[in-house]
Amino acid sequence: MAETITLWVGGLLTLMIFSFLYKDNPYYKFAEHLFVGVSAAYWMVVAFWTTFIPNLIAYLYPPSMGWFAANPNEAKVVIDNLHALEWWQRWGRLVPLILGLMMLTRLLPRASWISRWPMAFIIGFSAGTNLTRYLQSDFIAQIRATLIPLVVVGADGFSLGATITNLVIVGGVLTALVYFFFSKEHKGWFGGTARVGIWVLMVAFGAAFGYTVMARISLLIGRMNFMGRWIESVF
Amino acid sequence: MKASDTVKGGGLAILLSFIDVGLAVAQEAVGSSATPDTRLFNPQRANTLMVVAIFFGSVLFFMRETRRGRYLFIRRIAGLEAADEAIGRATEMGRPVLYIPGIMDVDNIQTIASMVILTDISKRTATFDVPVIVPLNQPFLVPLAEESVKEGCLRAGRPDAFIRDNIRYLSSEQFAFTAGVTGIMNREKPMANFFLGAFFAESLIISEVGFATGAIQIAGTANVHQLPFFVAACDYTLIGEEFFAASAYLSKDPQLLGTLKGADLTKALLMAILVIGSFLAWAGLNGLGRFFAAGG
Repeated sequence: MAETITLWVGGLLTLMIFSFLYKDNPYYKFAEHLFVGVSAAYWMVVAFWTTFIPNLIAYLYPPSMGWFAANPNEAKVVIDNLHALEWWQRWGRLVPLILGLMMLTRLLPRASWISRWPMAFIIGFSAGTNLTRYLQSDFIAQIRATLIPLVVVGADGFSLGATITNLVIVGGVLTALVYFFFSKEHKGWFGGTARVGIWVLMVAFGAAFGYTVMARISLLIGRMNFMGRWIESVF
Repeated sequence: MKASDTVKGGGLAILLSFIDVGLAVAQEAVGSSATPDTRLFNPQRANTLMVVAIFFGSVLFFMRETRRGRYLFIRRIAGLEAADEAIGRATEMGRPVLYIPGIMDVDNIQTIASMVILTDISKRTATFDVPVIVPLNQPFLVPLAEESVKEGCLRAGRPDAFIRDNIRYLSSEQFAFTAGVTGIMNREKPMANFFLGAFFAESLIISEVGFATGAIQIAGTANVHQLPFFVAACDYTLIGEEFFAASAYLSKDPQLLGTLKGADLTKALLMAILVIGSFLAWAGLNGLGRFFAAGG
């Protein structure tokens, strides 16, 4: 019975969403609003139970874990572990609590300026911590991967295939970098090199486009299989 | 056992697992028997320090130059030149502008860059008295987007142009957000769509619907896998660093232009390193490669 209801709800909602391909209509609007509303509520509940309670309330007041427990013995272990923590590990959680409360001052027009402080803190923290991370993963790693010999001579002698591959990699990276130069007009030899760079990018985009379209087709096939099961269940 | 007990038990199991993971991390930090090695400098990361020093050094140099009144040339970026055209079209048609700063939270650098651009776009829309609708995927972005739009309106001398209801949190669920955005596109018919930020699988859906509504579309992202879709479905696409250059380009702020120049100088040095390194690797000398491989 439960599977039948799932099939019918899923099948009807899928048809409602697909009806958008014809034009915007009340069925699509219903499915859209249902999806947005349910998911917004779902994520609020997830955030409450996976962030607010375990990362804040449990640390500030460990006995609160007993309130949610069906099995008190299980909760006792967690409560004892929380009590065993250093004081700063528990009460340090007051800092994000205060920052969160400062965010809520947005609801008070005369005190809303206070909310800019936690925002500034989070943006500054994100920018600072991301700097070295991106440098390592996107910049240094790219340099490392491009420092390759232009002519490859292996144990079996000269390798034409590997040499062409390396030349394409190094040449492609250099010409694409020229395209991203903003200090010089793209004219003359510089413009020609930048044009080669944009061609390299477009060829890469074309390959990625085709690859992803294939993945999307497989998603569509999966949905069609579901619709097939639904129709089978009707007849 | 009552049904409510089962629910409570299931909820607790998930909750306890989260706390246990947190505790394990904390205990590891406190109770580990490893001997700490306190060093101010990790030689394995010298390559990162070198890049940071070159980048910040050149940025500071060019910022000082701009303060001294030196003119810094920046080439034309077609996608950004088209921003005024797109907003102008929306003005003529009496339709709003749609601005989506991606679907990632504020801890993503693209979202931060997008918020800076939003200020400038809002300044332009406020000047032309066109409303800008900002659908959001993350709740924390609501106050940030509000501040950005408000700031843009203030810079235009039109604080009354700020409409709080146009900054809309839809859902944190990726495709529920996408459905909401396509609904806005169909019902409010924005004539200029800006998709600037970190996008994922929803990129093609929203840009296709925007194309179908006849809007001028300008997209920009550093998510390489989504660029092909924007290139295919939008009028202009800012590729990678063009997107990060947008805030400096649009505002023409001399100090921000200094950062662009600094980044260009870093790129020139990087190209020199690549060329020299490749020739050295050809000759069997891999010292440069090992230097950049350290700490990775």
